[in-house]
Amino acid sequence: MPAIEVEALEVSFGSVTAVDGVTFSGEAGEVLALIGPNGAGKTTTVETLEGYRRPTRGTVRVLGLDPVADHHALVPSIGVMLQQGGTYPVMSPERAIRLFASYYDDPRDPDELLDLAGLREVAKRPAKRLSGGERQRLSLALALVGRPRVAFLDEPTAGVDPAGRIVVREIVAALRDGGACVLLTTHELAEAERLADRVVIVDRGRVVAAGRPAELVTTGEEIRFAAPTGIDVVALGTALGASVVEVGPGEYQVAVAATPAAVAALTAWLAAEDLPLADLRAGRQSLEDAFLRLTSRDAHHEPEPPR
Amino acid sequence: MSWRALRAQTLEEIRMTLEQGERLLVTFVIPILGLVLFSSVPIISTGTAHRVDFFAPSVLGLAVISTAMVNLSISTGFERGWGVLKRLGATPLGSSTLLVAKVLAVLAVELVQVVVLGAIAAGLGWHPHAGAGLAVGAELLGTVAFSGIGFLLAGTLRAEVTLALANGLYVVMLGISGIMFPIAKLGGFAAVARLLPSAALTDVLHPSLGGGAVPVEGWVVLAAWAVAAPIVAAAAFRFD
Repeated sequence: MPAIEVEALEVSFGSVTAVDGVTFSGEAGEVLALIGPNGAGKTTTVETLEGYRRPTRGTVRVLGLDPVADHHALVPSIGVMLQQGGTYPVMSPERAIRLFASYYDDPRDPDELLDLAGLREVAKRPAKRLSGGERQRLSLALALVGRPRVAFLDEPTAGVDPAGRIVVREIVAALRDGGACVLLTTHELAEAERLADRVVIVDRGRVVAAGRPAELVTTGEEIRFAAPTGIDVVALGTALGASVVEVGPGEYQVAVAATPAAVAALTAWLAAEDLPLADLRAGRQSLEDAFLRLTSRDAHHEPEPPR
Repeated sequence: MSWRALRAQTLEEIRMTLEQGERLLVTFVIPILGLVLFSSVPIISTGTAHRVDFFAPSVLGLAVISTAMVNLSISTGFERGWGVLKRLGATPLGSSTLLVAKVLAVLAVELVQVVVLGAIAAGLGWHPHAGAGLAVGAELLGTVAFSGIGFLLAGTLRAEVTLALANGLYVVMLGISGIMFPIAKLGGFAAVARLLPSAALTDVLHPSLGGGAVPVEGWVVLAAWAVAAPIVAAAAFRFD
């Protein structure tokens, strides 16, 4: 049984469709990153898994349970870090962690969590006087109190300084090594690459790519070129023996290794069709290339869903 | 529901009420100052033999309004704004147990208020009538009604609006509910004012503690608020 299952999830707010047919799953002992631009539907997807929202269509399961209908059975097993807020400003980290510990049957030791999250020195300071990064780490520590089997971390590194990021990375790695499934969101590709075993790239409510970061970055198994928009990709694909996709207006991607023979076949076909070739690239891309290619658009971003 | 979680949360809610200055101001300082000032200085004529005989029941009613409505709605409203209600909904405590803890904390703080205000009033020469049982019933009914109003504000409005509105209602209720002066002095407007839960509460408290016939109308109005306010609040309350 996967720890997290999202199947054809759709979430609408009135006429706005925030999530539009998202499918993915996560296993125990795996760190999964949802990445995408603001308004892509990341938080809405996570909040549906946390039981805050009901799917408009499709299903979500966490540890085999329905997050809304089986809420009481599920909450002891999940840890939640909201994108923002969720802590009492008047409460110190120590007091907040002890209070949260009282909610669970077998909580982690509050002192150990203070050390783990690097909050020992500010343990008695009210949260409102903590830095942004310290508050993020407090929020993360509170997500760990109940020994979650599934942890949902919405933007765990937002506003966290480099030293704090190392703490967050270590905590995420420890959760995975302890057998938990971690679903986190970020719009920072470098963080996704460092933190996650697998990434799911979402854009405008849809999954545009998923896989291990290495798979998404280093395909050398493709040729990209620019030509007039609307060329016959089916005919070209047949000629090359590989699928051709127009990934953006006038921008094409051929799923074939960039051998001299393949490049020659491509240019020959374009020459026969009398089509100009504006750009030709083959080989390694960065995750950022992949991300920008997959999420580029002329249209404006969808608005954030109402909160 | 976990009793351990409920107990811990209730104690934490009590602690947060008693350790913050702005919350103590409305729950203790204002009722105490009102009691001492108005009982000692002949600013307003009360129609009772001793001024404290009027103002002691008044501030016992005011204590309920300040704790169950003002303090509860403002703190809950800000916690909702900070995402605390939402976050606690994803713990085994759960959002409904959280609200139960808040009401239990209100009752505990009210108990302290009654003891403190009662002692001060006694020091000022107050001798309550034997009908204290009725007064306890009125205080409990008032707590339910004002908690409902408090949750309705906190669960539907922005925290800043809740803050303004709760304080505004507090001032209005203080003025026209038979707390600062007998409600009969409002003349023709008294009949309208008596529909307020605050007026109904003092309508019952004054005769209960002062010796006299408790008007049925007071009980009816108070009970109606105690039923309606929590129902509307439960239907309208949003945790995020």
